[in-house]
Amino acid sequence: MTIRSALLALLEHKPMYGYQLRAEFERRTGATWPLNVGQVYTTLSRLERDGLVEGTGVDEDGHGMYVVTAAGREEAAAWFTTPVARSQPPRDELAIKLALAVTVPGVDVGTVIQHQRSATMTALQDYTRLKRQASSGTADSDLAWSLVLDSLVFSAEAEIRWLDHCEARVRRAAAERADDPVAPAAGPSAGPSAGNPSAATVEEVSR
Amino acid sequence: MSEATVLHLDQVSRIHGEGATEVHALRSVGFRARAGELVAVMGPSGSGKSTLLTLAGGLDSPTSGAVYVEGTDLSGLGNAGRARMRRTSIGYVFQDFNLIPALTAAENVALPRELDGERSAAARRLARAALAEVGIEDLADRFPDEMSGGQQQRVAIARAIVGDRRLILADEPTGALDTTTGEEILKLLRSRCDAGAAGVLVTHEARHAAWADRVVFLRDGVVVDETGADEVETLVESGHPA
Repeated sequence: MTIRSALLALLEHKPMYGYQLRAEFERRTGATWPLNVGQVYTTLSRLERDGLVEGTGVDEDGHGMYVVTAAGREEAAAWFTTPVARSQPPRDELAIKLALAVTVPGVDVGTVIQHQRSATMTALQDYTRLKRQASSGTADSDLAWSLVLDSLVFSAEAEIRWLDHCEARVRRAAAERADDPVAPAAGPSAGPSAGNPSAATVEEVSR
Repeated sequence: MSEATVLHLDQVSRIHGEGATEVHALRSVGFRARAGELVAVMGPSGSGKSTLLTLAGGLDSPTSGAVYVEGTDLSGLGNAGRARMRRTSIGYVFQDFNLIPALTAAENVALPRELDGERSAAARRLARAALAEVGIEDLADRFPDEMSGGQQQRVAIARAIVGDRRLILADEPTGALDTTTGEEILKLLRSRCDAGAAGVLVTHEARHAAWADRVVFLRDGVVVDETGADEVETLVESGHPA
């Protein structure tokens, strides 16, 4: 629903055609989530079908222009005032991977965590570089882009903190198992293993 | 990466205590910081990151291995030589600023030069230049308690760079500051390194480490990983109970 709502919100600003909408979206989000123009036109025709936008014919260059309807304005306003749902967390590949790594025998969890932390730190270094380069202008679109960057920075940082936490927990659990020989010795190992389970992993998840 | 190595830790180990209570704070660590480079060191508490910094700054000596600053082996210098090195080549920035409350900003910054035998007027001139570089020349005559935390840390950085020292060691320099002020301090460190200094930043905050060219991860006294490097000197050795 995000693209639909975002396009409605952009059209509130002024009537636009498809390419223009895409450009405006990317200008505000720094092309962090690239839109293809096919997606934009598909979404526009659905919005038109639902009575939220209206085609107003073509401009002098032959672009099909769209304006938002009263119902569309209402929906855009509702989008801004409704919190993004947290009740159904989006599927998190990393959390799933670690949940499996600590339960599937023979996986070197310590290495999985370390490789992920390096990959996430590299991404965080990239975002920080972008932040340093970002103009500190006062235009709305500069502010929009720097807020998007901050969002990426904060979530990468949160992921690294969570990985640190996972590492500490896994190591503590391994130490407790070692102190308690009655407990089953099988299960995840935080220690070095002969296998190299995460070489492919890093590539897969690095952004 | 062809720039000159300013700091080189060669196979450095540091053991505190002995016998049953001995603690291996660092185990055969290899580490370099080159001119123009900011390197962050991260790791949980007890990983050896502060030990690495105190060894690099000549405040402590390794049990084995050698620490070179601009090619000079610190352990070959003796106490007086190391102290001189700290006044002339190595700048140290602490979390709690460590300014002398009875001295003005300019006097604090001039101190290492005066201790090194520079005449007072020349030392003051250098101090003012360093304060200008960190953007607070106008606060030269203020005392530490007349300045904000961010301003005091700027003074501390000016003191660390005065006299054109090329190695800056920073131990959680943003720890006591709010996010925005902390970022200004990182920007400042970053620009010193861009201007040719070598910087080592110890931090537990990933967001701050991300300002560095390279991030080195320490655990149990061993370098376990590194981002942004041409090559990783030590490969992963995870999970040995300390």
